[in-house]
Amino acid sequence: MWKWLHPYANPEVSYHFTGKLIPWFTAISVILLVLGLGLALAFSPADYQQGESVRIFYLHVPAAMLSMGIYLGMAIAALTALVWQLKLAEASIAALAPIGATFTAIALLTGAAWGKPMWGTWWIWDARLTSELILLFLYLGVIALQNAFEDKSLAGKAASVLAIVGVVNLPIIHYSVEWWNTLHQGSTVSKLERPSMSADMFIPFVVCLFGFAFLVARIFGERFRAEIIARNSMRPWVKALVLAQEKN
Amino acid sequence: MAFDSLSDFFNMGGYAFYVWLSYGFSALVLIILAINSHRMEKQVFTQIKQRLKREEKLKQAALRRKEGK
Amino acid sequence: MQTSYSSAFFTILKRDLTIALRHRDDIINPLLFFIIVVSLFPLGIGPVSNTLMKIAPGVIWVAALLATLLSLERLFKNDHADGSLEQLLLSPCPTFILVLAKILAHWLITGLPLIIIAPLLGVLLNLHQDSYTALMLTLLLGTPVLSLLGAIGVALTVGLKKGGMLLSLLVLPLYIPVLIFATSAIDAASMNLPYNGQLAIIAAIFFGSLTLAPFAVGSALKVSTN
Repeated sequence: MWKWLHPYANPEVSYHFTGKLIPWFTAISVILLVLGLGLALAFSPADYQQGESVRIFYLHVPAAMLSMGIYLGMAIAALTALVWQLKLAEASIAALAPIGATFTAIALLTGAAWGKPMWGTWWIWDARLTSELILLFLYLGVIALQNAFEDKSLAGKAASVLAIVGVVNLPIIHYSVEWWNTLHQGSTVSKLERPSMSADMFIPFVVCLFGFAFLVARIFGERFRAEIIARNSMRPWVKALVLAQEKN
Repeated sequence: MAFDSLSDFFNMGGYAFYVWLSYGFSALVLIILAINSHRMEKQVFTQIKQRLKREEKLKQAALRRKEGK
Repeated sequence: MQTSYSSAFFTILKRDLTIALRHRDDIINPLLFFIIVVSLFPLGIGPVSNTLMKIAPGVIWVAALLATLLSLERLFKNDHADGSLEQLLLSPCPTFILVLAKILAHWLITGLPLIIIAPLLGVLLNLHQDSYTALMLTLLLGTPVLSLLGAIGVALTVGLKKGGMLLSLLVLPLYIPVLIFATSAIDAASMNLPYNGQLAIIAAIFFGSLTLAPFAVGSALKVSTN
């Protein structure tokens, strides 16, 4: 049943396959982002409560969703790397961590910029904000651990262990923070009251979300290829590739 | 169109600073990430190239030494 | 010739405790650090007793986290340096048991003294009268979690030359839930509210990490010793 998947465990096959996908991802993400952000910035209606500041929503929510999705993907890759000893999974952890950290940073900063006009403050120790901040720390930990090892394969294994420990901890952190917050402040923190979304807000949002997702896929593809090459630099096919590139 | 004029669009109903800060920051960070990722592959390639050249040099030197003896 | 698991466990526990007792500084220094950090807060914030009472649980717990963090490196560092860690991993006994013994030893050396000295610091910080039981109970359940989770971080960084800073970056985010629940339990106790809920969750985290963390430590050690 899974036989069709087996050839992709070969770094060379994966390298070329990813290379073929990248232009498609680039095209789709550019189209979707231009369309989605255009709709979000100029055509979607202003919110009846939040006015035009609601336009941050189209950046903030996709970024936040992707920041968590990328961590989940990284943790699955980590499990694959540890259980099946798949070198490509280690490469994908290394490729994913910086992207995830970037999107977490975007989610945090856009959240702050949205919170300032709405709540009157840049930062609240609210459950979601705090867990997102900790998610950023977890990403930075994975990146730092990855960089600390000279040997790429050891770095991959160590990062896998940390990513899995982090993903186990993530729900605990989230609920602890939520509980901690409600215990102290009651419901003084007004959660953003999102009006049941109308179609002319929902469509730009979905388009933006997919646009960013394909952007992630594209950037991931490039980093993944670089990681594959770096990890297989002694292989003949990589040498051939390098020599072929030199001639051009 | 949600705005009447271009200046309305840039003004963002008084939230200009926050909205454009968000979009600007996001664009900046994503562009840095994209450029960085794009460069990564090239860097790896040049590193491998340098290593191959060095190996080649060492090989040549070893050959010459052998011939010299 | 197979030694039984319990004898292996107690051999390692005894060995680690003996080594620690020969280097008493290792026990005393984190403790001194704990006391000094806690006593800095009244100096920095001002000796108003109401403010102190409010921040006391958090200060004591944060100081306990940092003190544990300082002492963590010792858990595997020397064993890694003299090669005995690799010997331990090569032994027929499951890594789980060896790791658990080492973590228990670490807790007995660092966690337990912290718990014993904590009420004294509570007095210094003017901790609320009703909070002492909660403080002791949370420390009793929480400090083993600190040792268990910290062991993962040490195991990951033990092979590195500059592991110290990295260790804190890896471990501190994982400590956050314990910190949150412990301080909220102590706060609840000071308001005469029930705090069983928080204690139960800390206990759940404790048992969860007791069963899972040694596996993570084991695989991390295999990476580090390569």
